[in-house]
Amino acid sequence: MASAPTATKKLDAHALRRDFPIFEQKMHGKPLAFLDSAASSQKPRQMLEAMDHFYETSYANVHRGVYELAERATAALEHARERMRAFLNAPDTREVIFVRNATEALNLVAYAWGLWNLEPGDLVVVTELEHHSNFVPWQYIAGKRGAELRLVPLDDHGELDLSGLDALSREGKVKVVATNLVSNSLGTINPVDRLVAWAHEQGAIFVCDAAQAAPHMKLDVQALGADFVAVSGHKMCGPSGAGALWGRTELLQRMEPFLTGGHMINSVRADKTTWGELPHKFEAGTAPMAEAVGLGAAIDYLEAIGLDAIEAHEHELAAYALGRLEEVPGITLYGPPADRRAGIVSFNLEGIHPHDVAQILDLQGVAIRAGHHCCQPLMHKLGVAATNRASFYLYTIPEEIDQLVEGLHAVHKVFA
Amino acid sequence: MSDPAMESLYREVILDHYKNPRGHGVIEGADAEAEGQNPLCGDEVSIYVAFDDDGETIEDVKFSGRGCAISQAATSMLMEMTKGRTAQQVAALDKDELLAEIGVPLTPVRLKCAMLGLTTLKVALHKAKGTPLPDGLAGFDDLELS
Repeated sequence: MASAPTATKKLDAHALRRDFPIFEQKMHGKPLAFLDSAASSQKPRQMLEAMDHFYETSYANVHRGVYELAERATAALEHARERMRAFLNAPDTREVIFVRNATEALNLVAYAWGLWNLEPGDLVVVTELEHHSNFVPWQYIAGKRGAELRLVPLDDHGELDLSGLDALSREGKVKVVATNLVSNSLGTINPVDRLVAWAHEQGAIFVCDAAQAAPHMKLDVQALGADFVAVSGHKMCGPSGAGALWGRTELLQRMEPFLTGGHMINSVRADKTTWGELPHKFEAGTAPMAEAVGLGAAIDYLEAIGLDAIEAHEHELAAYALGRLEEVPGITLYGPPADRRAGIVSFNLEGIHPHDVAQILDLQGVAIRAGHHCCQPLMHKLGVAATNRASFYLYTIPEEIDQLVEGLHAVHKVFA
Repeated sequence: MSDPAMESLYREVILDHYKNPRGHGVIEGADAEAEGQNPLCGDEVSIYVAFDDDGETIEDVKFSGRGCAISQAATSMLMEMTKGRTAQQVAALDKDELLAEIGVPLTPVRLKCAMLGLTTLKVALHKAKGTPLPDGLAGFDDLELS
């Protein structure tokens, strides 16, 4: 079985790093500085071992067989669901639906709620800071229903400008308010309290994209007051292919299914099919079983370290990175101060395209993201086509940020 | 630069075309034009073509937009390569001819950067002259390519 994490209460990134086999290699002859965790995190041995263990000892399809292995597999999957419930502080495990990732979770809500509840003229409100995953499904479904998509704009500091909310409520019936908790592009930790309260005053549902928040801070869906919360396992040390949607029972029960087929039914007759109970109604087909087990183990890993310790570590790294990056000539840094951001720093070097920056950094062993980060509305607002983004996680060490800064000086030499 | 890999990718001729792009600008009242985007990185390029009196030979071709060194240098090289050719010849221009001009090995992601200009130019010619669309866009005739 998986062993306990190398470090426990106090976050020691140098020690935790040894749990991650990926760092045992060099990249282009240099130590690997992996600064793209916001896109997807690396995987600890404990999580990988939990998946192996499941495949090697307990693998069979869940919820069907009456034999021992099937029961073991079902118990493992349901244990993972319970771990996710506790992680989110959700009231009930039946409200936790396993999906592939946050994108699928948000599409589930857009289709299974939006398609049936939006009327022509209704408003769906998202923000300029959204990842395409919480933007495109709403734009698409609103369009199908003749509803209107409205954007909460950003101010000049890259923070949500809520001054137009009253005007929006006069414009039409607001049915959905959807926003992220942490911006994947700027790292901004959004103060969503007011948006939650405003959404509920309008009788709207509040849909929270927590894909970027879940890896980095303690989540509590009840304290948040949201109606739906989406998370991706692969960003929080879990495997790719498993994420979760949490939703309020009363909403989930009234909703039509998203995907139909096996497992999600109560009874199937030639003339009529009835839907299964929660959460099965929303889990058609064979679940990502081993992936869910891996996600449960990832939650164990994160909680043993402590989400508070992870958040503090990231604030520290963000502050260090912002300070060091200021030394680089011609740099523009985007986003809020370190204390209001997760471990994400977006920047541009004057006159040098992010693709070129990232390519030259790669040759120095530094992996960053260059592009629009699935946030084209935000890039448009910033007046750029793309940015560079360095992002940090529990295993990130200051030496990697030093390597980034040295690499940026090398970029300048190439384009001098 | 001491790193051989870096020296290879960002060799002098690429940086020269990037810093001093040939044919950079806009042709007002162009005979053919199109706008292209690389959805991976958000790079944008617009291409403008003016034909000779024969209506076939490219008298002038210019580009505007923003992008990385590879996309901008490749488009700049393309401007030099295609001026004086006919629309048909450019529509049939093989990507390997442009890649040979670029002369450095490209990863799949950077290949898309390098091909942005050529693809956009072929779309512009398709719209104006009905020449074949580039590989991968064939069959998209009904789409509004602008």
